Amino acid sequence: MRNLPAQNANTPGQATSKVGAELQHEAATLHVSGAARYIDDIPVPASCLHGAVGMSTIASGRIKRLDLSRVRQSPGVQAVLTLQDIPGHRDIGPVFPGDPLLLDEGGVVQFHGQALFAVAADTVTEARQAARLAEVEYENTESNLDIRHGLQEEQLVRPSHTQSRGNAKAAIEASPRRLHGEFSSGGQEHMYLEGQVSLCIPTEDNGMMVYSSTQHPSEGQKLVAEVLGIPLHRVTVEVRRMGGGFGGKETHANQWACLAALLAWKAGCAIKLRLGRVDDFVGTGKRHPFHTEFTVGFDDSGLIQGVEMDLAGGCGYSPDLSDAIVDRAMFHADNAYYLPAARITGHRVKTNAVSNTAFRGFGGPQGMLATEAMIERIARAVGEDSLTVRQRNFYSAEDGRDSTHYGQKIEQHIIPSLVERLVGTSDYWGRRAEIQEYNRQSPVLKRGLALTPAKFGISFTVQHLNQAGALIHIYTDGSIQLNHGGTEMGQGLYTKVAQVVAHAFQVDIERIACTATRTDKVPNTSPTAASSGSDLNGMAALDAAEIIKKRLVDFAGNHFGAEPGDVCFIDNQVHVGQERYSFAEFIQLAYMNRISLSATGYYRTPEIHYNRDTASGRPFFYFANGAAVAEVLIDTLTGEYRMIRADICQDVGESLNPAIDIGQIEGGFIQGAGWLTTEELVWGEDGRLQTNSAASYKIPAIGDTPGDFRVELLPDSPNREATIFHSKAVGEPPLMLGIAVWSALGDAVASLSDYRESAQLNAPATPEQVFMACRSMRERN
Amino acid sequence: MVKFVLQDRVHRVEGADPGMTVLDYLRERLARTGTKEGCAAGDCGACTVVVASLAHPETDGAEPGLRYHAINSCITPLGSLQGKQLITVEDLQQGDALHPVQQCMVDQHGSQCGFCTPGFVMSMFAHRKTAQSADRNAICDALGGNLCRCTGYRPIIDAATAMFEGSTQDQFTHTEPHTLALLAQLTIDEPENTPGYDQPASVDQLAAILEQHPQATLVAGGTDLYLQVTQSLQRFDHLVDISDVAELSTVRQEGDILDIGAAAPYSDIRAPLVANFPSLGELLDRLGSLQIRNRGTIGGNIANASPIADMPPALIALGATMRLRCGENTRDVMLEDFYTAYRRTILQPGEFIERIRIPLLAAEESLWTYKLSKRWEDDISATCAAIYLRLEDGIVADTRIAFGGMAEIPRRAPASENALIGTSWNEANVRIAAEKLTEDFHPISDFRASADYRLSASQNLLLRCYLESSNAGTPIRMHLHA
Repeated sequence: MRNLPAQNANTPGQATSKVGAELQHEAATLHVSGAARYIDDIPVPASCLHGAVGMSTIASGRIKRLDLSRVRQSPGVQAVLTLQDIPGHRDIGPVFPGDPLLLDEGGVVQFHGQALFAVAADTVTEARQAARLAEVEYENTESNLDIRHGLQEEQLVRPSHTQSRGNAKAAIEASPRRLHGEFSSGGQEHMYLEGQVSLCIPTEDNGMMVYSSTQHPSEGQKLVAEVLGIPLHRVTVEVRRMGGGFGGKETHANQWACLAALLAWKAGCAIKLRLGRVDDFVGTGKRHPFHTEFTVGFDDSGLIQGVEMDLAGGCGYSPDLSDAIVDRAMFHADNAYYLPAARITGHRVKTNAVSNTAFRGFGGPQGMLATEAMIERIARAVGEDSLTVRQRNFYSAEDGRDSTHYGQKIEQHIIPSLVERLVGTSDYWGRRAEIQEYNRQSPVLKRGLALTPAKFGISFTVQHLNQAGALIHIYTDGSIQLNHGGTEMGQGLYTKVAQVVAHAFQVDIERIACTATRTDKVPNTSPTAASSGSDLNGMAALDAAEIIKKRLVDFAGNHFGAEPGDVCFIDNQVHVGQERYSFAEFIQLAYMNRISLSATGYYRTPEIHYNRDTASGRPFFYFANGAAVAEVLIDTLTGEYRMIRADICQDVGESLNPAIDIGQIEGGFIQGAGWLTTEELVWGEDGRLQTNSAASYKIPAIGDTPGDFRVELLPDSPNREATIFHSKAVGEPPLMLGIAVWSALGDAVASLSDYRESAQLNAPATPEQVFMACRSMRERN
Repeated sequence: MVKFVLQDRVHRVEGADPGMTVLDYLRERLARTGTKEGCAAGDCGACTVVVASLAHPETDGAEPGLRYHAINSCITPLGSLQGKQLITVEDLQQGDALHPVQQCMVDQHGSQCGFCTPGFVMSMFAHRKTAQSADRNAICDALGGNLCRCTGYRPIIDAATAMFEGSTQDQFTHTEPHTLALLAQLTIDEPENTPGYDQPASVDQLAAILEQHPQATLVAGGTDLYLQVTQSLQRFDHLVDISDVAELSTVRQEGDILDIGAAAPYSDIRAPLVANFPSLGELLDRLGSLQIRNRGTIGGNIANASPIADMPPALIALGATMRLRCGENTRDVMLEDFYTAYRRTILQPGEFIERIRIPLLAAEESLWTYKLSKRWEDDISATCAAIYLRLEDGIVADTRIAFGGMAEIPRRAPASENALIGTSWNEANVRIAAEKLTEDFHPISDFRASADYRLSASQNLLLRCYLESSNAGTPIRMHLHA
């Protein structure tokens, strides 16, 4: 390069856009103006065709005949893809096999909506019309959608697993009081606003350029290469942003990327495959429904002595990520409570449903919810407010009550003081008294109140995933391009990592452009999941920045004879002794002196280990903590309800961006509340998902947000571990705060027994469920 | 040929498929991809655009000028834009300057993944153009048809509140005279019909077209019909769009009758309906979303013959009649006699609903309506109750009790009614009448509700009606006490 671009007229001043600042989402302006490009918005090559998938119409059976002649003859159809056409792997199971990409004659259908074949046509509508024209004859076999039945029949996708400490059975038997209970929680559809979509363009070297709305580009790359039977280096996956992911685009984006790639390979042109909303509902996995049985022993104050718990997750037809998901449910069966003796067993039950998958919390919420249901029942049994019983059972540094049932020591006891703070700021006890008075005088409407905590373990429990890479280029005008392995799905990851890099160089955020996540920029990445995005990619980016900074400092030493301590980056400038250079000037100087201005960074989480054979270790680097108080009003005549007020306190360590963190907390809380209230998945006798669209599956709408909604980040609580600027993960933990809403509904129902009895309320607590719980409570009292 | 105003110019579309939606046209033909498809069924609002049209002071009593409506572009026929202005998210920003509504969303951190954001921005824009000041309930009403899965809505509510702090003036205010002139010209121009897509301008024309083509499909708002296009992938050979027949959108009071044109969209008739029947306010606010009510019509809601439509129970309870027309012939029928079986009506080929005529209430008469659904906003009823009462000295002189969601058609509950007529309006008698509902209805169980809940909760709705009508002190209605 001979002609260097003119230097930006940047006036020295305070670089404000750094860590801890309440910056806007990096794409906020693009979002509001409609300019933000999602996969379906990318201009496609002129020859691009559109894909659609033909799906099974039974839940269980064998395909006797698959006649696609009408599909092939349908107007606009250019290519049809069957199992036999696939040149490489035919199974795309992400961890264990079991996910056939397509099915052919003789193939075994395992859920209603399973992909049989794919078709490419000139238009989206033509492709979708053709996909409905297959003539399929099945030999039906009996299907099962019931978790309990599957468990009885020992229909499992993976072996059961137990974590235990002490002799739980003996501890329960020796307890003054005992309780046996069951609890069910339903699944949850991700309902990302942008459905699954992939655009695949064949490259000149028989490779594939894949634009995919995915949380896991590297896995998409691997699977596309495998189904095409080509090396990974021929496949590039790119994703600039997703219109929501929530776990639903971790493994479940793969199938559509693979099918689009195969159709593109077969048709020899670009293919876009976008699922219609109903196909998306039917064909992609959801949060696991759970059925839990527990026996708990406790004393007259509600202090737990021992627990035996069987957590059975409904996995659908294949393993997918269910091993780790049910493990995480087990890891969170303690929530914030010390279990002196425990046997926690997790079962991975096979059902004839779509394979259930990651969803914000990854099994943790289900384990935690079962335990909170148990605590509610203990509290009613001993006649105490559930808050009191919760507080009594918290982990504490005293009396050795500080290790989990899987042997990890709780090193920072944040929950007790956080809860105490929230009890004060929310005026829990004042409102408790007021609500009891209200309920005495109000025969139809009843108010309910509950505080629930959430302690959530941070790290992938699959150890090798706890690594990340980043790539930083500084160009000769001083502008910085940043890339890392994390994907942007709305959570503000790109913004936070850019803040980290701006902070490292002490430059304005505008100087940094975060580019689309691509497997050819940063390879072998982990999914953006497990709340790990900022922790992992922030550290990797910081590493890259520090590498370049060191080169620049060394250069200043050689060039100016300065000591390393004399070189500092400050306010968009580089100071070398008394000399001041604008950042761009200094970068130009470094370039002219042949200093490399590009570096990769890398990070692996330290200190974590876990032995699954002994079910013990330190699987989590640290815990994110929070608590919520929810108040609801129910109509005992109809079961309808409203959330009146919510108070939240969440421990995010030293926040990288409080505005973004608050957004994650509010959004997670409402999403968790939705899971436990109006979001109900219903399958028919025939195994068909009946709630298969936004018309029939109801996620929270704007009126479901409480009018009084107070969120606080726990102040002065830096992460003790050496995380990125001592922040804490925030993606998943707040979802579990939604449990407070479910508990408050139960509390309102319990008022009908003058709080002597626990409400019989499973999840989701739809108005109908609340109505039934009220009715049975009234019948008994 | 469809002609509408886009970006201050008249935009002409030739040769579009009659079933083409506004969304597909924007995204596929114009590559205006700011407007998103979230569900293609009018349930998520990601596709929201704004349509500005000439006010019709002579028929709808509005001030002259432009009226702004947020609509779901995914289920709106392209042809319905004829003579209107289409405003999409791309039209709001000017150069580098965001529209104030957009700026508020940025300032309040109102977007996360951003996919729902253009739809929210457009709903907010329309709300800013139509509402006078920030009111939380009104904001929730205006944005109830827009789903966001990321934010939990709080920052969006804050943004919608903050937007009222700025000026109402924007580029659309400045170009209003120009837009009005363009639209006025379009209404004078002789319409050039798209083949397979008729747009009659008068009821007589409509009657003539249908007489000649009795198999043609009528489309008014299209909020249900177009699901057949986007979800069932169906093609229609011949659509007759009645949304521009001015006579079919009028509302007038004739003596003690409120007389409503069948093609009047719900948002246009809310005021006169609620003025006469206050209990309909909540029901109408929970009927679909604002985008749906801006397009969906009362006649379409009736003719669609869904057992879970929200207005028919109320209209049956009120004793509403309908004027049906076929060619030159008209006949008046009671709405309760309109439905014959699941999704079946007495409409003959070529016949259409012209007007709905609702008797007004006398002092001793009252109407109570209740809807139960999983979600408060934009959800379909599990059960929907409407109770008409005429009380004379505490005695039930007459009652009509109608339910939706309880049978294959919306219909009355004769056993329950008979149990009440002639008795004192007291809790014991209402409980007896509620018990009689088990004779009137044998509802089904489906994903919305079990038969048990439908029946039991419906019984309690009668009790709620009694409590609400007789008890001033006890809190009965959740939304009034939350």
